[in-house]
Amino acid sequence: MHLRDTPEEATFRAELRAWLAENVPKLPPEPDHTDWPGRRAYESQWQRLLFDAGYAGINWPVEGGGKGATPGEHLIYLEEASAAKAPEVTVGFVGQMHAGPTLIAEGTPEQKAHHLRGILDGSHVWCQGFSEPEAGSDLASLRTRAVRDGDHYVVTGQKIWTSNATVADYCELLVRTDPDVPKHKGITWLIMPMDLPGIEVRPLVTAHGTAEFAELFLDEVRIPVANRVGDENDGWRVANVTLSFERGTGFVGEMLDTTNLMKELVAIAEVTPKGAGTAWDDPGIRRELGQIAAELDALWAYTKRNVSAGAKGGLPMGSGSAFKLSYAGVVQRLGDLALRILDRASLAMDDVDGRPTAAQVHGRLHAFAVSLGGGTSQIQQNIIAERVLGLPRER
Amino acid sequence: MDLTTSDDQQALQEMISRFAADRFDIDTVRAFGEPGGFDRAAWAELAELGTFGIALPEDAGGVGLGTIDAVLVHEALGAGLVPGPLVAATLAAGLVDGVIDGSVVPAVLDRPAHGPVVVEHLRDADVLLVVDGDGVSKVDTAGLAGTVLPHPTDPVTPVTLLDAVPTGERVAGPEVAAAWRRLGSVLASAQLVGLSEASTAVAVDYAKERQQFGRPIGSFQGLKHLLADCYMRTEVARSAVWSAGVNIDEPEPGDIDRAVAAARLMAARAATENGKTGVQVHGGMGFTWEVVAHLYLKRAWVLETQFGNPDDAAELVALKVAG
Repeated sequence: MHLRDTPEEATFRAELRAWLAENVPKLPPEPDHTDWPGRRAYESQWQRLLFDAGYAGINWPVEGGGKGATPGEHLIYLEEASAAKAPEVTVGFVGQMHAGPTLIAEGTPEQKAHHLRGILDGSHVWCQGFSEPEAGSDLASLRTRAVRDGDHYVVTGQKIWTSNATVADYCELLVRTDPDVPKHKGITWLIMPMDLPGIEVRPLVTAHGTAEFAELFLDEVRIPVANRVGDENDGWRVANVTLSFERGTGFVGEMLDTTNLMKELVAIAEVTPKGAGTAWDDPGIRRELGQIAAELDALWAYTKRNVSAGAKGGLPMGSGSAFKLSYAGVVQRLGDLALRILDRASLAMDDVDGRPTAAQVHGRLHAFAVSLGGGTSQIQQNIIAERVLGLPRER
Repeated sequence: MDLTTSDDQQALQEMISRFAADRFDIDTVRAFGEPGGFDRAAWAELAELGTFGIALPEDAGGVGLGTIDAVLVHEALGAGLVPGPLVAATLAAGLVDGVIDGSVVPAVLDRPAHGPVVVEHLRDADVLLVVDGDGVSKVDTAGLAGTVLPHPTDPVTPVTLLDAVPTGERVAGPEVAAAWRRLGSVLASAQLVGLSEASTAVAVDYAKERQQFGRPIGSFQGLKHLLADCYMRTEVARSAVWSAGVNIDEPEPGDIDRAVAAARLMAARAATENGKTGVQVHGGMGFTWEVVAHLYLKRAWVLETQFGNPDDAAELVALKVAG
């Protein structure tokens, strides 16, 4: 075992760090997190810079147009990008983390040629049409119906929790093509252009007040059969290529950003009056912060373990679930601690008294996205209990 | 970057686990705690495997492996509930003659700031090594005035109350003392990881067998979620402990003291929480002396204060974050 960079990794890190130092300052001020068109423009501009420098699709294979970095280089990239305060991946998440990797694994040559470049250079934004009002944790029970009509599927139904739908060009869509077989066996994966007739997008405002999600209402939307990824009725398997990806390393970049948020919280605590001193003088607050920091350090080490195990031939079963379960817990504890430190400054999602308090309140609310999105914490616990520990299924 | 075990390292862990299962079955483990129950023959056999000299150079009689290998050995020792002053022997093996082959049994104490002090394994020790900021001192146990307490919390870990800690004879300087504190902490944390995993495994086995309401209790989500959390805590803690072990071997990538403290926090949490869950999952039987569940929890309580307790570790990590 070793933690130090190899000579190749050290070179990669040094070049990347220099490039980030030169290019991050070129960006305009970051738009407000409620301004989704603004965020799209901002992130696309950054993605274009990454693309031109050869850093786009860092962990995508070379044949998919990516950099084909080693797992170690991928982690170095995430570490350095976070340290340099490079833009977080939000509107680009579905394309870069789900749709792109799925197309690389399962798409036709035409689909790859048409879509991968746009995801990599930031010109195409994707959204995800998986969940439905009646198909959440039980995703496979989804009902949105697709009926074959010549060279098209005619799609009618409703989707929810569709991230970035208001600014997206394409949607990775799961539809039911056969209602008469067991639920996992009648699902198909389609690429839906968001400008087709019959699509209505209604923004869904989250508890932290942003229209990060939307509901999609689909009324006889005609999607070409050529947009099908994988075989008809094989969409559940295709979808799980992306879900396993999300449970693997999808949250690592966000975790590193949480580490930055934690450091900002310490700086706030050091200037927030409490009793005769500051909040940071309170040993209870320091110890809770120390425990949170230790767990984030441990999760970074766990990431290195999992990534190096993956590179050697296989991510251990359940490791992605255990990572996400632990991370969801620690990000919520960090948010709880932030509210304790902020005290009455937590009553507004605005900066109070010259301190960057808004991001902390926002972070507490955002923490629910971690314990709910990509499989709730309780679903992760079921996965670990049944698939790792071998406990019997309930039914 | 590589945080996975090699084939050799897996074989090393398996060897220790097998030995522990064969030579330290549960009756032998329990007997160690009885007055006069310390089995010197078993201890010497454990030493013969290279257990205590695992990370010492070969020309010092050791095996010549790294701190991370000692970590893996102690993980397996913890999982096997192997009794005795395992951390003390590993620290002292390079300093006190006879420790490496098991013929001399050491106890070790991180000198407290004040007051009477409770020392584990002193009852069975030939020599007491006291660590403080100035170095390591050797105290002859023959002349020590102490009371062996009749009801140790962990029945397998005898404890002695010392009214005062004698000065003793200085046998190493401050650098060795600092290294001992780090290594001692990480090895105790490694045993805590082993305890976390083993107590979970015992509870999972029970949950698969025990039937209530006409089905195995492990099919109920109330228990599944408790046990899934145990798995999560073990793996997160193991990651922190391995990372700290590697960090001692190759200091440049990180802050060693922060890594050691983070490892202690995660490992103590995993072992105590999983130990408690293990008792709870066994139901009323978990609350009995006969069922082993309580032994994992009690050993965790012993180890979580060895070379640094979780509160001090949390304080240290917090101050490192603040810079």
